[in-house]
Amino acid sequence: MTSLLERRRRRVDELAEASGRSLTADAFQRLRRNPVAIVGAVLVGLFVLVSILAPWLAPHDAATAFPELQRTLRPDSIPGAQPGFPLGSDQNGRDFFSRMILASRQTLLVGVLATLIGLVFGVLIGALAGAFGGWVDTVLMRVTDVLLSIPSLLLAISIAALAAKPSQTTVIIAVALVSVPVFARLLRGSMLAQRESDHVLAATSLGVRRRAIVLRHMLPNAMGPVIVQATLTLATSILDAAALSFLGLGDGDPARAEWGLMLANAQSYLDVRAALAFWPAIAIILVALGFTLLGEALREALDPKGRR
Amino acid sequence: MLRFIVRRLIQVVPTLLLLSILLFAWLRSLPGGPAAALLGDKATPEKIAQLNTVLGLDQPVPVQYFRFLGRAVTGDFGNSLITGEPVTTEIARALPATIELSIAALLLAVVLGIPLGYVAARYRGRPLDTTTVIATLVGVAVPVFFLGYLLKQFFAVDLGWFPPSGRQAVDIDATHVTGFAVLDGLLTREFDASWDALVHLVLPAVALATIPLAVIVRITRASVLDVMGSDFVRTANSKGLAPGTVRQRHVLRNALLPVSTTIGLQTGLLLAGAVLTEKVFVWGGLGTLLAQAIERRDYPRLQAVVLLGALVYVLVNLLVDLSYAIIDPRVRVR
Repeated sequence: MTSLLERRRRRVDELAEASGRSLTADAFQRLRRNPVAIVGAVLVGLFVLVSILAPWLAPHDAATAFPELQRTLRPDSIPGAQPGFPLGSDQNGRDFFSRMILASRQTLLVGVLATLIGLVFGVLIGALAGAFGGWVDTVLMRVTDVLLSIPSLLLAISIAALAAKPSQTTVIIAVALVSVPVFARLLRGSMLAQRESDHVLAATSLGVRRRAIVLRHMLPNAMGPVIVQATLTLATSILDAAALSFLGLGDGDPARAEWGLMLANAQSYLDVRAALAFWPAIAIILVALGFTLLGEALREALDPKGRR
Repeated sequence: MLRFIVRRLIQVVPTLLLLSILLFAWLRSLPGGPAAALLGDKATPEKIAQLNTVLGLDQPVPVQYFRFLGRAVTGDFGNSLITGEPVTTEIARALPATIELSIAALLLAVVLGIPLGYVAARYRGRPLDTTTVIATLVGVAVPVFFLGYLLKQFFAVDLGWFPPSGRQAVDIDATHVTGFAVLDGLLTREFDASWDALVHLVLPAVALATIPLAVIVRITRASVLDVMGSDFVRTANSKGLAPGTVRQRHVLRNALLPVSTTIGLQTGLLLAGAVLTEKVFVWGGLGTLLAQAIERRDYPRLQAVVLLGALVYVLVNLLVDLSYAIIDPRVRVR
């Protein structure tokens, strides 16, 4: 029961702090103090940094096979670390270290593109449904619900399986389409809440045009949960892409270096050299963890309940 | 109550109809059409035209759709391109394996997840809580299939505690009644067969349970925290109820409502995760069927398995909604 006084004092302090700051500034303030957010941001920051600097960090090319490595390849052994090749060779006699570094770019590309495509279409559908209501809303949401009623990975599999020749593009499209209904539902929900809000009523009675209300008043205020979801989707996109690769729906080009693809391809060499699976797996886990932590922290920071 | 059930059942119908249209459109949007997909490398324009006539693909699209629907309603999804058997027969044979695996994983996730989430919430901010939260966050970041391989490598190959793959040892002569290996052993009193099946079940179930477990722990924790801060708990505390009574009757019961919804939603993840887990452990269920279908581009089988997955998902969530109405009378009014 000691906590009651404490809790009330803390609440008053928070109230004093929060007054006079905008929701975004307030959220940012709380993000900076949240260790979860800091860890997430560091992980994501490192990932982005490595992928930007990848061509300068990687000593070799991702596709080049080295004769000196290939010569030592045996069905039951793949050479490990040696001078010039810090992580040794991969199953095809290429520099594993360089491939790990360069793969960060491809993985980032898959995650960001898939999320972005999903976000754009989802926001478009959700905004239309939420802004117009009525039959537009009913039709769009019915279709969205049906897509949501298929377990996401199964949906991604059936989309990816449509491609005659699996490639990175088909993986990105499959993973992106799965997140469209999620974004659409989410945005529609918060748009509907905005429609009922006082500031929209105020804008309407001031005679602001409908399009301006939707675009300038409702949409920006409704984007919070969508941004949180997008951060979390970055993590699941990368994981789903890895799963598709594992099922044989990934890019068929053996020269392509992408963590999910590398992890999937290394499954056949687990007995020979587990490190080939281990490093991409660690990389994926850290990146997915980074985006998840950041997303969770964002959710907490943007939640008006925490603002009291 | 009955009216509520009927209303919810009716709401499922348009969902299923739309789903069937989507699936139909999907089949038609195959590159070169289904005929080219069926023929594969042997496709020539004449052969495609011939097969189109046989399959009825030269008919108008609405006619085709209603034919497809008519067959689908009677459970005819065509024959597998790999085995030539009706897809439904294949699915019926593989289904018990997947259900057994999913139930084991779900049980594991629920039985461990709810107490863990509850304890974490009670000791909020302490090391136990922090560790649990971190573990759940890492849990969802690990690719399921990689975790499966790790478990397999460590506990089956290196330590030899569990069998690395399959549902039952080949030298055990088990009688099959229902197709559920553990249950069959109990029914026929072949307890060694039952035990063997159970041992085979452990690693795949653990791998499959990780993500649902992490999600259930987090939802339970959040929900318990939410309820503990509510007015009625404060009232119960201040009128002098024993802390244990408040926790059981007021906190836990109300906190479990969102958890039950989550469990329903997790079945979708289980179905998808089963595809990956089954491939790792050579399980021989729906996931194996699907993985094969992907490799060999067996579209009729692929389509039927995905439709079944969606159907199960919709029905389980309907059941969850109904159970929700039984647990919480407030829902029925709306």
